[in-house]
Amino acid sequence: MNDPLGTSPGPLGAPDKDPLLVLDRAAKRFGAVHALADGSVTLYPGEAHALLGENGAGKSTLVKILAGVHRPDSGTLLIEGRPVVFAGPADSRAAGVSIIYQEPTLFPDLTVAENIFMGRQPRRAGRRIDRGAMNRAAAEVFARLGVRLDPQRQARGLSVADQQIVEIAKALSLDAKVLVMDEPTAALTAVEVERLFDVMRTLREQGAAVLFISHRLEEVFASCQRVTVMRDGRFVSTAPIGEVTVDSVIRSMVGRDLDALFPKTRTAPGEVVLEVEHLTREGVFEDIGFHVRGGEIVALAGLVGAGRSEVARAVFGIDRRDAGTVRVRGRQLPNGVPAAAMAAGVALVPEDRRQQGLVMDMAIDRNIALASLPRLRRLGLIRRGTERELASDWAGRLQLKFGGMGDPVATLSGGNQQKAVLGKWLARGPSLLIIDEPTRGIDVGTKAEVHRILDGLVAEGMAVLMISSELPEVLGMADRVLVLHEGRITAELSRAEADEDTIMRAATGYAAVAS
Amino acid sequence: MTAQATAPALPTERFARGAALLRARELGIAIAVLLVFAATTISNHAFANAHSIQQLLTGASLIALLGVGETMVVVTRNVDLSVGSVVGLSAYVVGDVFKHHSGFPVLLGYVLGIAIGAAVGAVNGAITTVTRVPSLVVTLAMLYVVRGVDGVVVDGRTIDPGAIPKSYTEVGYRTFLGVPWLALIVAVVVAAAGYAMRSFRASRDLYAIGSNPEAAALAGIPAGRRVFSAFVISGALAGLAGSLFLALHAQVDVTGGNGYELTVVSAVVVGGVAIFGGSGTVLGAALGALLLNTINQALVAAKISSFWNEAVAGGLLLAAIAFDRWLGLRVARSLQSVQGAHRDA
Repeated sequence: MNDPLGTSPGPLGAPDKDPLLVLDRAAKRFGAVHALADGSVTLYPGEAHALLGENGAGKSTLVKILAGVHRPDSGTLLIEGRPVVFAGPADSRAAGVSIIYQEPTLFPDLTVAENIFMGRQPRRAGRRIDRGAMNRAAAEVFARLGVRLDPQRQARGLSVADQQIVEIAKALSLDAKVLVMDEPTAALTAVEVERLFDVMRTLREQGAAVLFISHRLEEVFASCQRVTVMRDGRFVSTAPIGEVTVDSVIRSMVGRDLDALFPKTRTAPGEVVLEVEHLTREGVFEDIGFHVRGGEIVALAGLVGAGRSEVARAVFGIDRRDAGTVRVRGRQLPNGVPAAAMAAGVALVPEDRRQQGLVMDMAIDRNIALASLPRLRRLGLIRRGTERELASDWAGRLQLKFGGMGDPVATLSGGNQQKAVLGKWLARGPSLLIIDEPTRGIDVGTKAEVHRILDGLVAEGMAVLMISSELPEVLGMADRVLVLHEGRITAELSRAEADEDTIMRAATGYAAVAS
Repeated sequence: MTAQATAPALPTERFARGAALLRARELGIAIAVLLVFAATTISNHAFANAHSIQQLLTGASLIALLGVGETMVVVTRNVDLSVGSVVGLSAYVVGDVFKHHSGFPVLLGYVLGIAIGAAVGAVNGAITTVTRVPSLVVTLAMLYVVRGVDGVVVDGRTIDPGAIPKSYTEVGYRTFLGVPWLALIVAVVVAAAGYAMRSFRASRDLYAIGSNPEAAALAGIPAGRRVFSAFVISGALAGLAGSLFLALHAQVDVTGGNGYELTVVSAVVVGGVAIFGGSGTVLGAALGALLLNTINQALVAAKISSFWNEAVAGGLLLAAIAFDRWLGLRVARSLQSVQGAHRDA
């Protein structure tokens, strides 16, 4: 464990070969947050190496260190045995490291070919860019990938999958020694994933090393020779793929019993709080009907783009509905009036807390008090004291970890930001909480805390409508699961009926098991 | 899967049309110039004589020249508002040097103007890239600073035509095959800059920085250095424009170049340079300058109050921005419907 070099290099990375890249005990802090405490990974020529870990395990920070974006506070990086320090992304690229980021990083105004060759365009006499050669080279890379894309078209408007393909083409054209892929398959179709694996194989045969990050374990087992697991910013283990199983990998990723992650108090559901009938928004979702009782968590599951967040937005009134009714405690909500929903006791914690949930530069206490200001007002004025009192109260109840109440909310870690958003809405004392991706991008420990908070609220009788893309979270927390597929409810499952398989089938539209 | 094989053709085709439309922007402005010219000529035949065409070109030249530098700055998602004051300062200082040193070489007059402008540009670039204060604020402040310095230097005086060597002012009125020298000089600068903006890695970096700053950083583009260079070039061209201003008018006081900065930004935007960076050409900006000046002269020829001139220029600016926005929305919508079809397939 302290010696990642000593682990077996696996079937393709023969032990007699010297490692291409060694990252040893790299650490990186951002303010008070330890994004990476011990990032260690060793890549041998010719291997595909999986890097696994939950959201917040430090994988992306590790990738950005390899990319030269972040400079580690401590630790060493060796490339072909030589210690290197990257001053910026250009250094990393020059050292033969090529990165495919999770989020495509294209220039929308430039052509596809120029996107691939930015900063290293083929040139002719007089250092002038040779556009013909550049377009041909791009076409060649696309041919290698087996995709049809016009090198001369503008990158603006490419589908996410096509953008990802341009990213892959960029990395390929570099003839990198080390190729790092941060969830490259998330937006790709099965055929494209197959092609990507072919390309990975070719690269490995040429002696390159691939560091592959994916949440799809089946892909990892199909394409990688070794696997490194990280948890809470630390290296956990490296092992040949043959020596691990899906279960053992998940156990080392999570590092604790699933029960501890998903506390669940049995509560008898109370009266119906939210009743939605025939809710329709044209082209987005259709004929959505469900109810949520006090004291229960109803989960909206489904693939990204199935319309889950959109349903929540229409219920809350951010988007107008074209048809259908929304009732809270029996009283109909007017169409498209969030203020009315708030007055009726509905709170919405959005998915994107940085953009929609918090005012990042504003103080922590002010953020928490923000949704409760009408209540705190005396003669139209807000007293700083009452504001702070309310915020401290909720910070304590949610075990918020912070420096000072007056610090900008941006200084909090992702998990604590999420708690702050929660506190902001809970301070209003809502009877229905709609929460979109409650634990996206936060570390395992805080995740469990957020779950415990939700469980506590439900035990007190609150109704919760939860949207989540993480199946374990849905299975662990929900009393009932509604599965959406392309804007329609394809299954309603009780806690007993719900399992990974039935949800995935309904989410992909293979089976409509409406009960 | 079949959707994957067939669908990409659709957005590409739709896109090709959108892109062609954008590329045709320069053509569109050129046509607009001709239309305004033709319409004015019909109502006032005197408009089409050689002299007034020369005036059209000469009048647009300085703004077009400033537009070249401004384009380089704007494509990086920045803006240079200090150019008007730089024109004034460089024109006066060069004139003052001629006034007090009668033997001062004519060519050095231009070099001096360029140097003054480049120095101001370097300050703009350094402050913008080091402090990361928005260039809108930095160059607005610089506009006032340079205006103030100009006021102190000028101290209420005026440079008179008598003080400037004749060989210097020649540039302002001589013609070659009927085309004013000034217009030829600017045309050469526009052509050279236009070619350079397409053909060198460093200039493509400018577009990349404006198109997606985060991606530019990840691609290892030295954004600070590039943006700095763009400001220096913009300043230098503004300095050159100041030298030419002196040659053209042969006299200059404290008001020289007043208000040029907004005319230049208008010309650049009307010329199709995206105000949020990433796209646009120097040719478009130059044609934008020509269009604004043609409308200006047309209003004069039609004996319409000169106050209307500014209103028309402003209206044109709004129209250009609305058109870009409309185009962007249309492209986005057509792509959305394609992706919708994609999902259904």
